[in-house]
Amino acid sequence: MSVVICLFAKNGFDRAGQGVAGAGRRLADELGAKLQAIIIGAADAAMIDAVKTVADGVTIAAQSELSDYQSELYLSAAAQICQSLAPKAVLLSNDTYSQEIAARLAHRLGGSAAGDVTSIALHDGNVRARRSVYGGKAEAVIELKRSPAVLWIRARAFDPAPARESVADVNQAALTLGDARTRIVERKSEAITEARLEDAQIIISGGRGLGGPEPFEDLKALAALVGAQVAASRAACDSGWCPPTWQVGQTGKKVAPQLYLAIAIHGASQHLAGMSDSKIVAAINIDKDAPIFKHCKFGIVEDYRKVVPLLKEKLAAAQA
Amino acid sequence: MNLIVCLKQILDPDIPGRDFKVDPISKEAVRGAANLVTNIFCENALETALQFKEKNGTGKITAICYAPESGEDTLRKALAMRADEGVQVLNDGLAHPDPLMVARTLAAAIRKIGTFDVVMVGRESGDWGVGQTGGLLAEELGVPYVGFVDHIETSGSGVKLKRQTDAGFEIVEASTPLVISITNDEHNVPRVPKTRDVMMSFRQSLTKWTLSDLGVSASESYYEVAELGIPVKESSCELVTGETLEERVSQLAEKILAVKRAL
Repeated sequence: MSVVICLFAKNGFDRAGQGVAGAGRRLADELGAKLQAIIIGAADAAMIDAVKTVADGVTIAAQSELSDYQSELYLSAAAQICQSLAPKAVLLSNDTYSQEIAARLAHRLGGSAAGDVTSIALHDGNVRARRSVYGGKAEAVIELKRSPAVLWIRARAFDPAPARESVADVNQAALTLGDARTRIVERKSEAITEARLEDAQIIISGGRGLGGPEPFEDLKALAALVGAQVAASRAACDSGWCPPTWQVGQTGKKVAPQLYLAIAIHGASQHLAGMSDSKIVAAINIDKDAPIFKHCKFGIVEDYRKVVPLLKEKLAAAQA
Repeated sequence: MNLIVCLKQILDPDIPGRDFKVDPISKEAVRGAANLVTNIFCENALETALQFKEKNGTGKITAICYAPESGEDTLRKALAMRADEGVQVLNDGLAHPDPLMVARTLAAAIRKIGTFDVVMVGRESGDWGVGQTGGLLAEELGVPYVGFVDHIETSGSGVKLKRQTDAGFEIVEASTPLVISITNDEHNVPRVPKTRDVMMSFRQSLTKWTLSDLGVSASESYYEVAELGIPVKESSCELVTGETLEERVSQLAEKILAVKRAL
């Protein structure tokens, strides 16, 4: 029996990969199973060395067709390798690609899947996954009835695995992958110069109450003063005021900064679901009854248009 | 092109948290006074399909809803938005439709409809937010799947898709038939139906199928909901105080800087 973690070479062994490995290790130990890592794509030596010290076995699928993510080929590779490892569970991160293939992987392996998982447990030999539902208003525990349990998890919220003294063997998988059928012909990153929102320590986020795209320039200026990243609510993204990659919420990014400053964000549960792991939440809102204040450590009830310019002054003065 | 748009009917996700209750025995949300609405991402999918059809000048859009009798409202609204046909699959009052069962039922309905080029689903629902229907449906139909799409156009004999990723977006070329899931974007905000089209929608006939019409029966369980509860997580907010706005903003700045210094 094994627990499989599925990693993509392009991501390196980043915080998300480490979280997946940590969750996998703890589940494997509880099951008395081996932790098997799959790496799809040509991983560099640093990644292989790091994964070798946390897993019991590593299988790399590095053939040239897998150098970049293509859904049908990555899915086929993951399914073939999993079949040879007889997993009780397969864990993936919650990035776009993992989410795209997870349910299909479960289907091909005769298992069942659950996503956006915040914790994993065993119950009478079955895998149980906790996840937030109803737009963050409720939490459910899902018992996966078929094996393997394929879970995509909120990886960054899971502790990494401790390094072990023994080092795992590394196998290269040679696979027959078939036809891609879909082909990613162009990849474009927004804001490549900025750090990832998921990794930000301070986030300043704007919502519907900003009323237009221009105030985001002020938010950016505020963010620059404290080394923060700018994010937004779904309402602001849907209005086209900022790129969709800025969206925090149930259907956007799941963030966990030390400070989340919500400006003119009412606090719909859909939004709260994306930032409820923040250490400290603060708000600037004109409406004292806005639900966001129920989740805040501190805040100010005032029109953001009056607060932001003054706040910018104060933060700039402190910096000088 | 033949487009099939799968629509889910859900409890209005915008009901305030204080009115939201769950039944710990049935492990379902209590409906109470809340309305049933079409899942927003499904409406984004229908809007994307409608714009695609309008741009190409041809094509047919069939809306499918797998739901109890109440699903008719979702289909009438889809027709009012100008979908061409509506197909209702009655779920026989099954609570907790299991994701695999939903995919098998939709796949059977799609096979019964006949040929299709693109099946569109919402990326996830505003109730259980499972996010698996598209992927499982693609496997059931044996076709490729692309997730998080916000734009579709024709390209050669297939389609060209723009889809959102963590870092930005990608352009994907795909052969048809295939399944795609749709996410929200500033360009696919669902249209409000015209009054005349709402009236017309009630004159159109809907196709209604039962599970036995489709030859679908409950299979082994994919998963079960073991627990459902409302997390208690409220902190008391300290509102900054002071005589003047300037004093209050100073306090706010100080609290922000305290966090920054502790990093």
